[in-house]
Amino acid sequence: MAADEQTLSETARIARAALANVAPEPGVAKPDPIMTAEGVRRSFGGITAVDVERVEIQRGSITALIGPNGAGKTTFFNLMTAFDTPDTGKWWFDGKDLEGVQAHKTADMGMVRTFQLTKSLTKMSVIENMKLGATGQKGEKWWNGLLPFTWMAQEREIEARADALLARFKLDHMRNEYAGTLSGGQRKLLEMSRALMTNPKLVMLDEPMAGVNPALKQSLNQHIKGLRDEGMTVLFVEHDMDMVHDISDWVIVMAEGMIIAEGTPDQISSNPAVIDAYLGAHQGKSLLEDM
Amino acid sequence: MNWSNIFSATLSAFFGVNAMYFALSAIGLNVQFGYAGLLNFGQAGFMACGAYAVGMTAHYYGISFWWGIPIAVVYAVIFGLIMGVPTLRLRADYLAIVTIALAECVRLIVRSVTFKKYFGGSDGINQFANSFVNRTPFNPSSKYSLYPFSDSVNAIGAVLLLVSFAVCSVLLGHMLAQKWAKEERQGFQSKWIICGVAVMVFLLVASKQTEYDGLSFKSLVVGWILAAIIAGFIYMLMRSPWGRVIKGIREDEDAVRSLGKNVYSYKLQALILGGVIATFSGIMFSVSRGSVQPDNYSRDVTFYVLTALVLGGLAKVSGSIVGPMLFWGILSFVDAFLNELTKSWGGHVDIFGIPLITESSHIGVYVQVVIGLMLVFLMVFRPQGLFGNKKEMALDGR
Repeated sequence: MAADEQTLSETARIARAALANVAPEPGVAKPDPIMTAEGVRRSFGGITAVDVERVEIQRGSITALIGPNGAGKTTFFNLMTAFDTPDTGKWWFDGKDLEGVQAHKTADMGMVRTFQLTKSLTKMSVIENMKLGATGQKGEKWWNGLLPFTWMAQEREIEARADALLARFKLDHMRNEYAGTLSGGQRKLLEMSRALMTNPKLVMLDEPMAGVNPALKQSLNQHIKGLRDEGMTVLFVEHDMDMVHDISDWVIVMAEGMIIAEGTPDQISSNPAVIDAYLGAHQGKSLLEDM
Repeated sequence: MNWSNIFSATLSAFFGVNAMYFALSAIGLNVQFGYAGLLNFGQAGFMACGAYAVGMTAHYYGISFWWGIPIAVVYAVIFGLIMGVPTLRLRADYLAIVTIALAECVRLIVRSVTFKKYFGGSDGINQFANSFVNRTPFNPSSKYSLYPFSDSVNAIGAVLLLVSFAVCSVLLGHMLAQKWAKEERQGFQSKWIICGVAVMVFLLVASKQTEYDGLSFKSLVVGWILAAIIAGFIYMLMRSPWGRVIKGIREDEDAVRSLGKNVYSYKLQALILGGVIATFSGIMFSVSRGSVQPDNYSRDVTFYVLTALVLGGLAKVSGSIVGPMLFWGILSFVDAFLNELTKSWGGHVDIFGIPLITESSHIGVYVQVVIGLMLVFLMVFRPQGLFGNKKEMALDGR
């Protein structure tokens, strides 16, 4: 079920209005794309994991990337954030060509990702995890490391920002604990809030709900909607269809490395191609086998 | 059994040249392995860079040996680049293999016959450091002790020693008191005072037993001061945002990369920083003997330094200093004990009719056995090392 029109926030209404007249077909052009990929192909040996003709992500929206296991969603994430290099293709973020740009530079440009298997830095405290996320720190040059007066002021500012984020994600009581002592759901929250420390324009979440209990899922939903309210664009991979329906403005469906459908959540849930991909209408043709 | 000989040997080794140059090397290895998680098995190569840099300045370049110090730093940076640039993009185990091979390459090149005119072959380079050896105030032929009130120490020396003992007592006392007061936070001050006084008494009693020749003593003073300064720098660095990135890389480099840090560059920085520190270890060791021998920089040195570091505790500055002291203290104790035992038992040790030691050269073998046993017991009963954090260790299963 689509979210009730009355409960939509101002930004959600803007995002949905912008996407209202976009035709629900794969590779369709958006009014104001923040990220564009064209002809991106990646194969591992004989298997083509990702083969995307064209895809655009609308700025200021929440876009869900769904698809059966092995559809190439995470590989696509890796390619966009330069954790992996495509065989062919071009992709742009915010109008800048990302070909040949190293992974750590994408974060400086305002594109940050999380990981499917949470990567919390276990032997560091929660607050240290958070402070690591801030970009452009003067004290991260080794010669400045020895001169605390060059970075102390910035450090205090970062710490205040980190504390505010921890409070928002309800992790403030764990502030000084080792990240390794957090539960799986808390680690997801920590990873997301740490990513926000980079002040991103585009947040890419790889399965933010995996292993999170239903009560926490609700608040995580609110957090993700909150990101859009603050002007960020969210792209997330998810299997939980209820959640996709609840929070996303646009849905992109991948199967066997290709984009097979695009549209608003309502259009997608009635799209025969999607039902085929998920439920396997093509008898005897297993998607899992191909991956 | 002459127990005073045993204690004298043990305590001399505790503060001795070996412990000093191991400590310098361990501080460097701690930056690489303890903090950044880089499995560097080529620390001996970095040490050789320092030793040969100072050795060659006088022997080959014909300039003052003091120029060797900046040259050593340059060598270490070059060696670090050769080691790191091709391998740091790969997984940790590849780095381990390459580092061990490169360090061996350095040793084999400097001891080769082909390059004898540069490096002196397997004999190494001798008597290059005369400007250090013959420099006052310490006379190479007389004996010195670290005890502040002994005849060999003048007033300034006594004050310096007392101040450094006091600093050690405060720092070490604070650390021990922290371990002691882990659960109940009350009474921390008094525990600190008790621990500090205990450390001070230990240092005074222990220093009275020590005995060094002039050259060793001079190297000790320079070396330990150097170690203290470098340790202070590392302590500060690891509390800075730079240290935070380095520790993050040890935990998960992809996470750090996704947050916009140039992981490759940081790893290279850590490798080179640790290498430059190890270079000072090589300089101090060669200067303390007045000679450079290639076989002092073989693989086992790297692994002994690693053992000493793990004994003290990884990712702890204090561990990298106290670990080597204990390592050499224990080894010297075993060595001296077996020596005295053999002497008092009439030159050979039999247990149940099995001749365990029949001549003094056998003792070295048992010392090796003790190193092995020490490692095994350490891993079983205190895997985090003496100063390591048990809580951190428990989080290891990711």
